[in-house]
Amino acid sequence: MFCGLTSIMWLHRKMQDAFFLIVGSRTCAHLMQSAAGVMIFAEPRFATAIIEERDLAGMADINEELNKTVSRLLERRPEIKLLFLVGSCPSEVIKLDLGRAAERLSMAYSPRVRILNYSGSGIETTFTQGEDACLTAMVPELPHTDAAELIVVGALADVVEDQFERIFEALGIGPVHFLPSRKPGHMPPVGPNTKFLLAQPWLRDTARTLEARGAMHLPALFPLGAEGTTSWLKVAADAFGVSAERFHAVTEMPRARAIRALARYHDTLAGKSLFCFPDSQLEIPLARFLSRELGMTLEEVGTPYLHSVHMADELALLPADVRISEGQDVDLQLDRCRDARPDITLCGLGLANPLEDEGLTTKWSIELVFTPIQGYEQCGDLAELFARPLIRRTRLAV
Amino acid sequence: MQLTVWTYEGPPHVGAMRIATAMEGLHYVLHAPQGDTYADLLFTMIERRAKRPPVTYTTFEARDLGSDTAEIFKRAAKDAYERFRPQAMIVGASCTAELIQDDPGGLTKALDLPIPVIPLELPSYSKKENWGASETFYRLVRGLAAEQPKRPPNRLSRPTCNVLGPTALGFRHRDDVREITGLLFQLGIDVNVVAPLGATPQDLTRLPAADFNVSLYPEIADVAARFLEKEFGQPYSKTIPIGVGATNDFIVEVCGLAGIEVPDLSAFASNMPWWSRSVDSNYLTGKRVFIFGDGTHALAAARVAADELAFTVVGLGCYNREFARPVREAATELGLEALITEDYLEVEAAIARLQPELILGTQMERHIAKRLGIPCAVISAPVHVQDFPARYAPQMGFEGANVLFDTWVHPLIMGLEEHLLGMFREDFEFNDSAGASHLGGHGAAEKVSDAVAASEQTGEGAIAVLHWAPEAENELKKIPFFVRGKAKRNTEAFARDKHLETITLETLYDAKASYGR
Ligand code: SF4
Repeated sequence: MFCGLTSIMWLHRKMQDAFFLIVGSRTCAHLMQSAAGVMIFAEPRFATAIIEERDLAGMADINEELNKTVSRLLERRPEIKLLFLVGSCPSEVIKLDLGRAAERLSMAYSPRVRILNYSGSGIETTFTQGEDACLTAMVPELPHTDAAELIVVGALADVVEDQFERIFEALGIGPVHFLPSRKPGHMPPVGPNTKFLLAQPWLRDTARTLEARGAMHLPALFPLGAEGTTSWLKVAADAFGVSAERFHAVTEMPRARAIRALARYHDTLAGKSLFCFPDSQLEIPLARFLSRELGMTLEEVGTPYLHSVHMADELALLPADVRISEGQDVDLQLDRCRDARPDITLCGLGLANPLEDEGLTTKWSIELVFTPIQGYEQCGDLAELFARPLIRRTRLAV
Repeated sequence: MQLTVWTYEGPPHVGAMRIATAMEGLHYVLHAPQGDTYADLLFTMIERRAKRPPVTYTTFEARDLGSDTAEIFKRAAKDAYERFRPQAMIVGASCTAELIQDDPGGLTKALDLPIPVIPLELPSYSKKENWGASETFYRLVRGLAAEQPKRPPNRLSRPTCNVLGPTALGFRHRDDVREITGLLFQLGIDVNVVAPLGATPQDLTRLPAADFNVSLYPEIADVAARFLEKEFGQPYSKTIPIGVGATNDFIVEVCGLAGIEVPDLSAFASNMPWWSRSVDSNYLTGKRVFIFGDGTHALAAARVAADELAFTVVGLGCYNREFARPVREAATELGLEALITEDYLEVEAAIARLQPELILGTQMERHIAKRLGIPCAVISAPVHVQDFPARYAPQMGFEGANVLFDTWVHPLIMGLEEHLLGMFREDFEFNDSAGASHLGGHGAAEKVSDAVAASEQTGEGAIAVLHWAPEAENELKKIPFFVRGKAKRNTEAFARDKHLETITLETLYDAKASYGR
């Protein structure tokens, strides 16, 4: 499992006027260039301020060093409007107060640049929790509104966002805001009449902070698969008083299309068994989708942690006897996986090739956070992601 | 504090992982948070290894801090021993655990495991990956071989040597080892142990039995080789057999170390010299090449480029300061100033300024080259999945020299095609944007000159902007894209020199006459 820094991979592309400055070690920098498996060479909007010996030994005042680093960065990149100071394990362990640093620097650079902070450290966060921490840091910054509007929370691929926006518009729910927003400078307003949907399952703290600002969470299945997407949209439709007829009229066509798209993969996937190593927290909604809409059987569903409230609807739809495991003890999980010999194993990049070598078919979990998979139009693509490794095995004769 | 986006080297514990993963029967217990397990994917994805690295991470969390992280370490070490039953273990801390000072060495000692346990001290806040690999290898050699008896020189059988330095995730290490052990065998020298790649801890105890050592990758092997020299009187080779000339020198050196006669070198043929002498290679003469990588590979590449392909080296540098000195010396000999930096932006600026026709670099330079539209071949780590080809493709020895010829020359535009492109600039199907016929679309034709313009604007803001007369500008466009950047730069320098404000057709050709090709 990666640490929370990794979610910067998609956040920095989503938020075009934001920059992520990791305050960490050479390890953190190395993670960032290794995690995606490729280097994103179009000037990334992230960087690492590497803490060095002299900072630790007190030969340099580390806060002073951070000031200098930030000023150099903002000079070189004048287009930055929102700067995140992102904490790491080393910065946490030496108790570097990035909250104070952000306040101090905000004062110096306001109003040109807003400076926030959160921790993506591996001793506090895993992988997708980094996004949760980032969005949580943004919530206090959101402007106030009394309007009864909807916010969709959690980064989605632009194409998925556009599809949802069109559906909400057809349902007459609007304006709909997205957090994070891909529009530079846009911060969705929030207040006591705000309602929000979670587009991703890893947003525990963001949800809590939004609730603290008076917004109301609309609990639903996550928008994976036709069933998940319908549930997710329906909850919003009900909350905004959309009639059942109108809901039906708007969703009927795309829903039927999704089911048609899924049918193509049914033969490949039905009856096949799935084993999920914990990675992104998408595991439970995915298992629900794969078991209910494609007929797969579930050996074990691992998840980095289990938020029982946000997952309540999802868990209710899983077979009663499925094994859910929380957290990671990789050697024990590997033992269980080898025992179960599932048809497909969902796992991280470090495990995929070794398991393939043992004759197991795998799907990399990271692909699921880097691919548009939510919503009706992506149902077929999501099923295909799982079907492809199986189909490949049957085609290869080497 | 150092601001960085891309780094040439990972942290030192990744260097230790490269040693552990290369070996068999060794296990590494690393005191580190869960997130540091990302490093596994370097080996399983980039190198396509079918086995997980033999590394157990303790995966402590924030809530464990201050209470029982030491206990967590001990449990992990004990479990790892019981599960994997290694011949030996190395133990150490990543950057985060280094700060909490749990002393993995002492903790493991207290466990009293029935195998050798070698503690590693790898300072994460001052050292880097290559240093970590070198230090780990040295500690292992020292820990496992030091107790062995010194071996009296034995001249009854064939001379033997160890081959030191190849690791996991190394640039072509797998193939270099095959090439060089084959060469040594042909020379009549037996290989006692190859390490760390493929060696067990047990094998390391046999190192002192060899007559001498071959240090294949000095960045990793030299410290251990020096130790073995001091402790066991084993000399080690200093020549890195990359290129035909260096391979010949290597043969002479190892034969000397082995106390055998140097065989007739013409028996060891490489195609490379003839390929380089054949008339079609004439167009390679004086191609301007920029070289950057680890010190050893950069140095070797400079020699091959200058002496064996008749390129002109216009830039030379390395990212590992430990090897800066020989690189500086080599650069001085070529009349250049070496570029020693870990900042890829500096490398990019140097490339944009120098306008080479070919870049020999790492994956970082490959990206820079792509952006600037300059041909490039990779010669050094850091590596990418593409640097682990399915085929046999060593860098070292005579076959390695063949590989160098092919991979460095392939990205260039071929000789006659170059002329035709120059002669018929206005052929709509056969021009810049069409690119070289053997390389698919080019598309990056204009980027070089753009990048020059950009770098000049930002870098030398004080210089007055020169005006290009339209007919001169048109003429400039008739110059093939791969030399256009240089022509533009030369002409502008010429104009500045002559204090001209406007560049006319005359200026362009005056400049051409004064610069030559
Ligand atoms: S786990 Fe900690 S030290 Fe490692 S990369 Fe993540 S934040 Fe950095």
